[in-house]
Amino acid sequence: MSELVERTRNTGAALELRLVSRVYGDGATTVHALRDVDLAVERGELVAVMGPSGSGKSTLLTIAGTLEEATEGEVLIEGASVGAMSSGERARLRRRSLGFVFQDFNLLAGLTAAENVSMPLELDGMRARDARGAASTALAQLGIEDLADRFPDDLSGGERQRVAIARAIVGERSLLLADEPTGALDSVNGEAVMRLLREACHRGAAGVVVTHEAHMASWADRVVFLRDGQVIDHTSPPERPESLLGSVPQP
Amino acid sequence: MSVRHALLALLSEGPKYGLQLRQEFEARTGEVWPLNVGQVYTTLQRLERDGLVESEGKGEGPGKGYRITGAGRDELGEWLRTPPDEDGPPRDELLIKVLVAAHAPGVDVHEVIQAHRHWLVEVMQRYTAVKAGAGPEDVAIALVVDAELFRLEGAVRWLDTADMRLRQHRPQVPAVAPQDGRDRSVAGAEL
Repeated sequence: MSELVERTRNTGAALELRLVSRVYGDGATTVHALRDVDLAVERGELVAVMGPSGSGKSTLLTIAGTLEEATEGEVLIEGASVGAMSSGERARLRRRSLGFVFQDFNLLAGLTAAENVSMPLELDGMRARDARGAASTALAQLGIEDLADRFPDDLSGGERQRVAIARAIVGERSLLLADEPTGALDSVNGEAVMRLLREACHRGAAGVVVTHEAHMASWADRVVFLRDGQVIDHTSPPERPESLLGSVPQP
Repeated sequence: MSVRHALLALLSEGPKYGLQLRQEFEARTGEVWPLNVGQVYTTLQRLERDGLVESEGKGEGPGKGYRITGAGRDELGEWLRTPPDEDGPPRDELLIKVLVAAHAPGVDVHEVIQAHRHWLVEVMQRYTAVKAGAGPEDVAIALVVDAELFRLEGAVRWLDTADMRLRQHRPQVPAVAPQDGRDRSVAGAEL
């Protein structure tokens, strides 16, 4: 009974990592990629993860995305413990509830933008017509419905990443996971991508974005700092913008 | 940013009243830079004294209009092309603090670096919240906020680099520390 309670308890967070550690190898070659990481991300919140190379940022994201298992600790998505799921249940969770955005877009070249966006839903067994309707909604939400029939090769980097975000949010996903989503983009297109991720989260998803660029991380509600696999610090959500005006030095 | 040259720039578009100048200045800097009326009039008086603007009308305060002179246009053109003073006090202060922390006994320089990184990123979050609230079409706000964000990001990148360098090579303690066997009283006093 206690296990059932554990699995269905609503934590209020879309993603929760409880004392998660991830160890690779053993003996002399042991690498602690993550150590005792505690992290909760609520719906409506975008969290950025910053840290130097090798600090565990990508491992944190693949564990949150159920693509890799924690060595110790517990991962909960929408209150359900990932460790207690079968691999089939995890795959279904990924298809239905998680959205991934990568640095290099990962769009399929042979499909149009709309087909790329509707594909996760069709793979999950949704009828093609419904999936295409949901794809149109996602593209319209991002203001890129005019790209629907274009192929990835005909799109700029910024446009491709917008399509990739549409694919990540299609069908009301609860958790968005982005690994250096602005890494291949210039500042203005990178900012547009961060703005879309922030807006998608403020509409009700939870988001985790890994980045090494502070000006991209500053789009997040909270910034978590990782070092040597540990969370060493995090910022608080910014105060209301009005408070900034008084603190700007007079010319 | 010089209020003096900003007012010259606004007047280069045509004659304007003092109050109008203040409103336009604030609108173009995305209202991130509030000006008080006194600053505007004091600056206009000085510009007039220096022959860079001329006033029109007899009124005082809001009723008085100003136009730019030929000398004012020359001054504006020169100022726009002059590189800004790069004194950068925040970064210099950071540099001194990190250098001191790297040598100070009992101080974890990485903790000091993180404290500054934390603070800088929070300031950046506040600036970005202003930009996010304004929307992408508000170019004035975006330009003002970007200038500040990139300056702050430069400081964060410097901290990141300093953090890594100090992990790879601890700085050598300068050879001013008391040597073993002599001047122990000073060593004791430092503790």
